[in-house]
Amino acid sequence: MLAVVSLALLRIRNLFTVAVLAGIYSLLSASLFTVMDAVDVAFTEAAVGAGISTVLVLGTLALVGRVEKKPTRSSLLPLVVVLVTGSILVYGTLDMPPYGDPANPAHHHVAPHYLEESEHEIGIPNVVTSVLASYRGYDTMGETTVIFAAMVGVLLMLSGRRRRGEVAPEAEGESAPMGDAPTGDDPPIHGQGAEGSHGG
Amino acid sequence: MEDDVILRVGAKILIPFILLFALYVQFHGDYGPGGGFQAGVIFAAAFVLYALIFGIDTAQRVLPLGVVWFCGALGVWIYAGVGVVTLFMGGEFLNYGVLAHDPEHGQHWGILLVELGVLTTVFGAMVAIFYAFAGRRQVRS
Amino acid sequence: MNVLGLVNYWAFIFLMMVGFYVLISRGNLVKKIVGLNIFQTSVFILYISMGKIRGGTAPILMEGEVVYSNPVPHVLILTAIVVGVATTALGLSLVVRIHEAYGTVEEDEIHSLDSSPADGLV
Repeated sequence: MLAVVSLALLRIRNLFTVAVLAGIYSLLSASLFTVMDAVDVAFTEAAVGAGISTVLVLGTLALVGRVEKKPTRSSLLPLVVVLVTGSILVYGTLDMPPYGDPANPAHHHVAPHYLEESEHEIGIPNVVTSVLASYRGYDTMGETTVIFAAMVGVLLMLSGRRRRGEVAPEAEGESAPMGDAPTGDDPPIHGQGAEGSHGG
Repeated sequence: MEDDVILRVGAKILIPFILLFALYVQFHGDYGPGGGFQAGVIFAAAFVLYALIFGIDTAQRVLPLGVVWFCGALGVWIYAGVGVVTLFMGGEFLNYGVLAHDPEHGQHWGILLVELGVLTTVFGAMVAIFYAFAGRRQVRS
Repeated sequence: MNVLGLVNYWAFIFLMMVGFYVLISRGNLVKKIVGLNIFQTSVFILYISMGKIRGGTAPILMEGEVVYSNPVPHVLILTAIVVGVATTALGLSLVVRIHEAYGTVEEDEIHSLDSSPADGLV
């Protein structure tokens, strides 16, 4: 089913449909994660992939336009590259351990220690949270910093206000600096937000 | 016009429950699936829903841009702050065991505070990014 | 070399190659970013499938003798998902700025605008 959704996403040129299909893809992979016992990951993928990611793509579509042009170049070279890469990867997986086997090397070094010691050392039932927040707390601090850096990056690029009716090329040097918070005299753009989410 | 009324009433009923669910996920992250990231995203989703239905300007009166930017930074501060506090109390950076009278309680406190920091940053970042996208003027090109 | 035990890897490779193909063959920038998202999600599926143990359950401690699935890949992928959405947000904001500077988000039109002389763009 995931393969069908991804192939449809490849072929369809209406980008609004593509955004919704990407949300469906995230939701299907979240259910796949649940089947594979990764409940925390499924929760996060459903919330982030089917929620925030879809909203951002729809917001971008409201600003840039909704239909993709017909491809003009021949797609033979990308197809060849993809097939060669895929076959090399399949050759690489011939050495991999079989799915679900408890004797896999991935289950031997650190994971049994976390599962056994978490009860005495930390005492909370959810092992993923205890590993994330305590055993691997440095990584989570780095991740929080990455989210903060993404916020700063998007604000640097998008939060300067543009004046209405301005022609695109001259606007480059004239965006207001990041410190301006929009005040109440901006005309309402209710239509834009609503259009992005249920237009199409 | 009827559509608008249904959307507004529905949103007004749903948004408190979404916020409550986000807090539930945050504090029950220790006992079931959940934790800071999921709770932060759900919390932000409630405000995104509010902004989609009632308009960006109303949403920015309820939750101003400056507050959102501050929240994004505050979470990183809380996280690093916990680490610095453990330094002052005699342990290594982010060694939660020294935060309370015995190591296990220290771990509980440390995890609670750290997840709170993660919630704040994720919430602030997601809402700030949404405001930046939705507040951009469309170019008449 | 048990073939049935490798099917999950091949499924992941197929999804990853579809995402890769969308990324390199389509000219529309927004579609490229969506293809990147598919690529990332398929890598997550790979890692989570490597952590699954047959007969195991979710790694939340319970009473009794229970087999738990490996929690370490879950932690890594949680971080990766959130970093992925950060990348998507930054990529999409770049696309918005490119659209404002060039008037289009199709890759070949941007190339031709860039190489045409004396237009004063960007």
